[in-house]
Amino acid sequence: MKLDAKEPAGPLEQKWDRYLKDLKLVSPNNKRKHHVIVVGTGLAGASAAATLAELGYHISAFCIQDSARRAHSIAAQGGINAAKNYPGDGDSVWRLFYDTIKGGDYRSRESNVYRLAQNSNNIIDQCVAQGVPFAREYGGYLANRSFGGAQVSRTFYARGQTGQQLLLGAYSALSRQVSAGNIDMYARREMLDLVVVDGKARGIITRNLVTGELERYAADAVLLCTGGYGNVYFLSTNAKNSNVTAAWRCYKRGAFFANGCFTQIHPTCIPVHGDYQSKLTLMSESLRNDGRVWVPKNPEDSRPPQQIPEEDRDYYLERKYPSFGNLVPRDVASRNAKYVTDEGRGVGATGLSVYLDFRDSIKRLGRDVISQRYGNLFEMYERITDDNPYQVPMRIYPAVHYTMGGTWVDYNLMTTVPGLFCLGEANFSDHGANRLGASALMQGLSDGYFVIPYTMGQYIAGESFQAVDTEHDAFKEAENASRERLSKLLSINGNKTVLQFHKELGQFMWDYVGMSRNSEGLKKAISGISALKESFWNDVRVPGSNDTLNKSLEFAGRVADFLELGEVMARDALEREESCGGHFREEYQTPEGEALRNDDDFAYVAAWEHQESGPAVLHKEKLAFENVKLTQRSYK
Amino acid sequence: MTIYLNVWRQEGPDKPGRFETYTVPDVSPDMSFLEMFDVLNEQLTLEGKEPVEFDHDCREGICGSCNMVINGQAHGPNARTATCQLHMRSFKDGDTLFVEPWRASAFPVIKDLVVDRDAFDRIMEAGGYVSVNTGNAPDANSIPIDKVAADSAMDYAACIGCGACVAACPNASASLFVGAKLAHLSLLPQGQPERNRRVVNMVHQMKEEGFGDCSNHAECEAVCPKGISIAGIAAMRRDYVKAMLAAD
Repeated sequence: MKLDAKEPAGPLEQKWDRYLKDLKLVSPNNKRKHHVIVVGTGLAGASAAATLAELGYHISAFCIQDSARRAHSIAAQGGINAAKNYPGDGDSVWRLFYDTIKGGDYRSRESNVYRLAQNSNNIIDQCVAQGVPFAREYGGYLANRSFGGAQVSRTFYARGQTGQQLLLGAYSALSRQVSAGNIDMYARREMLDLVVVDGKARGIITRNLVTGELERYAADAVLLCTGGYGNVYFLSTNAKNSNVTAAWRCYKRGAFFANGCFTQIHPTCIPVHGDYQSKLTLMSESLRNDGRVWVPKNPEDSRPPQQIPEEDRDYYLERKYPSFGNLVPRDVASRNAKYVTDEGRGVGATGLSVYLDFRDSIKRLGRDVISQRYGNLFEMYERITDDNPYQVPMRIYPAVHYTMGGTWVDYNLMTTVPGLFCLGEANFSDHGANRLGASALMQGLSDGYFVIPYTMGQYIAGESFQAVDTEHDAFKEAENASRERLSKLLSINGNKTVLQFHKELGQFMWDYVGMSRNSEGLKKAISGISALKESFWNDVRVPGSNDTLNKSLEFAGRVADFLELGEVMARDALEREESCGGHFREEYQTPEGEALRNDDDFAYVAAWEHQESGPAVLHKEKLAFENVKLTQRSYK
Repeated sequence: MTIYLNVWRQEGPDKPGRFETYTVPDVSPDMSFLEMFDVLNEQLTLEGKEPVEFDHDCREGICGSCNMVINGQAHGPNARTATCQLHMRSFKDGDTLFVEPWRASAFPVIKDLVVDRDAFDRIMEAGGYVSVNTGNAPDANSIPIDKVAADSAMDYAACIGCGACVAACPNASASLFVGAKLAHLSLLPQGQPERNRRVVNMVHQMKEEGFGDCSNHAECEAVCPKGISIAGIAAMRRDYVKAMLAAD
């Protein structure tokens, strides 16, 4: 099968406009007849469900949490980018596009990224109209701040809770449509399978997480908005329920999975403190605006940080990257933290952290200004670590945060299964090999508010739909497969818990498919994970039963899928014999230790196709760069 | 440290519940409260017993999933701290703790410490929004908003919808939750056109769901992990009376 991205013809700046001009429309009374399933209610899912319902489609929306408002988008802190150029510092749609393509180390599709930059401004307008309380200046106009990987201030924010406020905005729009009867909302439901009829996505199987019942839902299109797969590493900044299961079941039904090895390790997280640790907490990257990253020059230096004089400190980001300094992109900041800790200059009890110091900013701006900007983050830090960052520097270390890879989609956000669309972090499309800060919220909302209403309409208008009901054999088959899997998990009754398996998998992933990778390690990961998977299905212990709320059973199913995903990620990383963005292969680096791309051989999207027997098959979508010149990324 | 736990166990909504006692040895002061429950659940699983069910997700105090009443206090002893952000350094070696779910008739227990908070969603559906379809918005800077008002709106908008306010209230009132959403939107120009009908519909839905009324105990403000002020409730009352008088 040849991958067709279906990019519209014409100059980059006109592609989306031309697409809209030639768009096939669905008439209002026909929209009502089309039922659409939306899985996940984060920024992408909630905004898509609300907008499609406003247009008149009949929507069923599903989430695994007890309320749509709790999706993990809620936890995004720092902000959302837009090319408004309100500060007048030279920003434009082109520049946002360019920064995003460059930040992604030239591994994303030009047309998708340009459309994203175009939509960015509409998003801010929409959110303000919903009542999102963005930060403002005294004149009453919107405030901006800067983020890593950009030299302009284009990030809009609501204190350190931007994701929360944007999600609550989308959730309120969704709630309005629930009340209008246009959305049937199903909370505490987990999608366990995709139902494909005559080659098209026509429904899903869900498990009611309260009663354990398996349920069938039929529709004309299915939107997968289920977020990223960072929890494959066990420790990550993702919420505990974030998982790959829905996407993975779609993969097994024919949706290709792309660029799995492109994972983002975020540089500013609270370091690991013990083996009971269940997750890692991010400290917004916005902190790097005013915080300075450093370690002692001398590995033997054991003085408390306040007593280490200026000349004995190494502000290594400022030293190595004078023009971007502490605001280098995330992958660069993370990798450099690894280098200095590998050199033995890390700080804290474990030696696995670096300082993020606000002393100079507090001196320059005063404690009040710093507290206004980051007060809630400082509080959160103190609550977790018992250290007061106004007095001692924060200690930070990189942690898994975001996954750029995901389900392959074309320009329409449609997967390789017709009628199955994928939005937000769950798809692979816009961030290439590294995502810039404040771009995830932008992409989720662009996909949901401003892309899918058009592209899904185009699909609906162009297809004829045979009525499919849930008694169709494909539904029975999918439901039975899910039931058997659940019974199997409960019947093994081995000696190891789900959590033990998850931690072991996470260790493989962090050690060999983490910040820095090499061929030998990746091969070790592939065989190790494969053995772990085998052992899981023979030795896992899942307590309780299927006919009740049973989180152990939910987690068991998710870890089973993570075990398969981990292997595909390692293979993807092994296959990509270059370094780019978050994917750093030790064999391929510049003399200065920066990522060394190989554009001749690897300027493609790696899309993996599941095989019933045997290993997954790799398909390549060649990336054409007609508007930007591929250069070695430099933030010096 | 060793912690002695008395945890509420209840198999289902219509089943009787009871406290079960557990001992968790080797608790580190740096553990979060929920991490201690992870350790307990691992222990129970390996002993062939059923783990304690509890809601949790982000574990950084923002999703609003976690909901434990610890020694009678919603979210435990620390001010402005959700259960997931509470660390064991707040307790002493040998402490005995009682852990229960939120208790309110509008929040029925589903299992163990997990409760049904759908009532909050239905209150939001009754009016917790600005009616603006996607694509209708003017330029974001076309309406300047006083910074003080915007900051104050943000204070209320920070509500995480956990329901601690209800759990702490002797009347099981949802007034702080409702007042926070109303105050957030009525402080902004975007919220004005629907201000009257919003307050009426949300307040009526709150009553419909079986939440009690506010009698100014202020327990809600004391336990709110986001420190939301009961001034929001006063504003809700004012707006409600105004809206009722304005109605025909």
